[in-house]
Amino acid sequence: MRVRRLWKYYGHFPALRGLDLELERGRFLTVFGPNGAGKTTLIKVLSTQIKPSEGLVEVGGHDVIGAADRVRSQIGVISHNTYLYPSLTAFENLKFYGRMYGVGDLEERSRELLERVGLRGREDDRVSEYSRGMQQRLSIARALLHEPEIMFLDEPYTGLDQHASRMLRGVLATLHDGRRTIFMVTHNLEEGLEMCDEVAIQVAGRICYREPIDRVDREHFGDTYFECVGGGHKWDS
Amino acid sequence: MAEEQTLKRAFAEAPPAVLERRGGRGGDRSLWVDVLGASSVLAILFALYLALIWAPTEAVMGDIQRLFYFHVAAAWLALGPSFGVVAACSALYLWKKDLRFDRIASASAELGVMFTTITLVTGPIWARPIWGAYWTWDPRLTTTLVLWFIFVAYLMLRSAVDAGHKRARLSAVFGIVGWIDVPIVFMSIRWWRTIHPTVIASEGGGLAPDMRLALFVAIGAFTLLYAYLLVVRVRQEDLATRLDRVRHQLYLR
Amino acid sequence: MGFLGQAWTIAWKDILGELRTREMVFSMLLFGFLVILIFNFGIEPGLRDEALVKPGVLWAAFVFAGILGLNRSFSSEKENDCLQGLLLCPVDRAVIYLGKFLGNFVFVLAMSLAVLLFFSVLYNVDVIAVLPGLLVILGLATVGFSAVGTLFSAVSVGIKTRDVLLAILLFPVLVPVILAAAKSSAFVMNGEGLFAGGSWLAMLVVYDVVFLAVSVMVFDYVLEE
Repeated sequence: MRVRRLWKYYGHFPALRGLDLELERGRFLTVFGPNGAGKTTLIKVLSTQIKPSEGLVEVGGHDVIGAADRVRSQIGVISHNTYLYPSLTAFENLKFYGRMYGVGDLEERSRELLERVGLRGREDDRVSEYSRGMQQRLSIARALLHEPEIMFLDEPYTGLDQHASRMLRGVLATLHDGRRTIFMVTHNLEEGLEMCDEVAIQVAGRICYREPIDRVDREHFGDTYFECVGGGHKWDS
Repeated sequence: MAEEQTLKRAFAEAPPAVLERRGGRGGDRSLWVDVLGASSVLAILFALYLALIWAPTEAVMGDIQRLFYFHVAAAWLALGPSFGVVAACSALYLWKKDLRFDRIASASAELGVMFTTITLVTGPIWARPIWGAYWTWDPRLTTTLVLWFIFVAYLMLRSAVDAGHKRARLSAVFGIVGWIDVPIVFMSIRWWRTIHPTVIASEGGGLAPDMRLALFVAIGAFTLLYAYLLVVRVRQEDLATRLDRVRHQLYLR
Repeated sequence: MGFLGQAWTIAWKDILGELRTREMVFSMLLFGFLVILIFNFGIEPGLRDEALVKPGVLWAAFVFAGILGLNRSFSSEKENDCLQGLLLCPVDRAVIYLGKFLGNFVFVLAMSLAVLLFFSVLYNVDVIAVLPGLLVILGLATVGFSAVGTLFSAVSVGIKTRDVLLAILLFPVLVPVILAAAKSSAFVMNGEGLFAGGSWLAMLVVYDVVFLAVSVMVFDYVLEE
């Protein structure tokens, strides 16, 4: 994954200001940042949901504008929005998305995933009858249907209860197998630091801190974070 | 005013980068715009003279026929240049992603509403004494009315979305679809009315040479006026955009 | 899975969801019935041109009821941000357009058939005899209606006043469809046969082809951010 001089404007407002970023295959990067730092914008650009205004963005070796469909078939996105159709059952949701991704042996794959996120037995209930935590678990299954090489997680813990968070952590741990690239953005320091390989802090549309996890002092990471964020208004235009 | 004070101070403190385009496009008044404005005023006056005084009075209709020159000129501008520019600039915007095309399209649509309204108002004033009815569902009338609705819908769409590329994209799509629709609307209404023939004979058939001259001058004058108003409106929008950008940069600091 | 298969998958998902909740089809149907009822009060029986007015009533009902369906088409994708999920799928944007178009086509056509039945009873029009001709017109008109309607539904989806705006955008552009459909169905209802209004049918076909093609081409711009 490679990002060079990425700018994204909303009107005249630059949400991303010449951001540079690189991530190797198989690594797990967590990006922290306060509200308005442009974290969600970054993840949306990387996952082809919005087009960059300027700069080069390559995901899985493909350009996000020129080869958007190639990128899309390699990535899975888990966000605090579940992307699930409430009037369809869990199974139908998976079948729908599976067909859109061209997943082979869909029935088998769906059952396996439902098993994995602990929803076996509830697959024929409508999503609207699910609790928030169950919906989020199903949305993890949805994101994994096509066995994506790269996972994007946008504040995945938002609105989850203890049980669902633990589930998500368990799934993330199995996903983090050294082959899959994982990119997570969050403002929650504790959850973000848990299992990543690398840490970055994004402030005002730029990455202002980037270290491998073994060089991060977990005890004092909070201080580092607030130093970065506090220095945020001083950047020049 | 407080805001003006703030802005003045902001300008004084602004770094050169903010003000770099001060003299550039859309900046200070330039000569050719003034010339265009003055010539359109003169042309309109000349057209008024020709239409109201110089042209002979129509034998059957009387003086009311003099409305016709401006009616036709406004109709031509609404159907031709106004909508043409909207469609062309919409397509150019989608291709080049330059917001300036969007501003031209928007200005042209506003003028389109103006000229369609003039057409729709002068038409019935003339029609009441001549046809004995303010309105008939004649193909040209009906198409102009539909055109007015499309222009207004375009502006309604713009007013409902915040300024920026999203608004430009959505309104460009609508502008192009609307433009393609107008000839089909005209065809459909013409067929509709040929099945039930109306009293209206062709309008411009046997026009006296003097009348024809007055008509052409009126069309020319209105076209100049359209061009001038378009330029002024686009420059105003350019300035508003620049002001907005300056405000943002200052706010971000 | 091919291009059409994926489009149909999207349409099927909409149809299945609607079969579960039935919220849209019911309100469309009721609205269509109401339009027919209200128009009845405006038309005196025995009016000279009654035969010409009837198809007009029918098409007014279709258009007003149909627009309710279009309003739901993309706003239903806003729940749980499904539209983003759909856009993340590695399919061409034209497939998404065609899928939504197919779904709308099915809903509007189903609603029209029910309203047609209601109409034939209340206005004493024997539609059974002329049904094949009417079905052809209905199909062609619904294609045009859904083609432009699906595009504009996507245009207006993120806008606060989308319901009213969609009507304002759509109605003027639909003038040829309404005119052609009402005219050709008047021929059919008067027993003159489908091809008495052949040029109107041709216009419907041209409209359908032109706006399906244009919509497929520009749809990408509507959804891009």
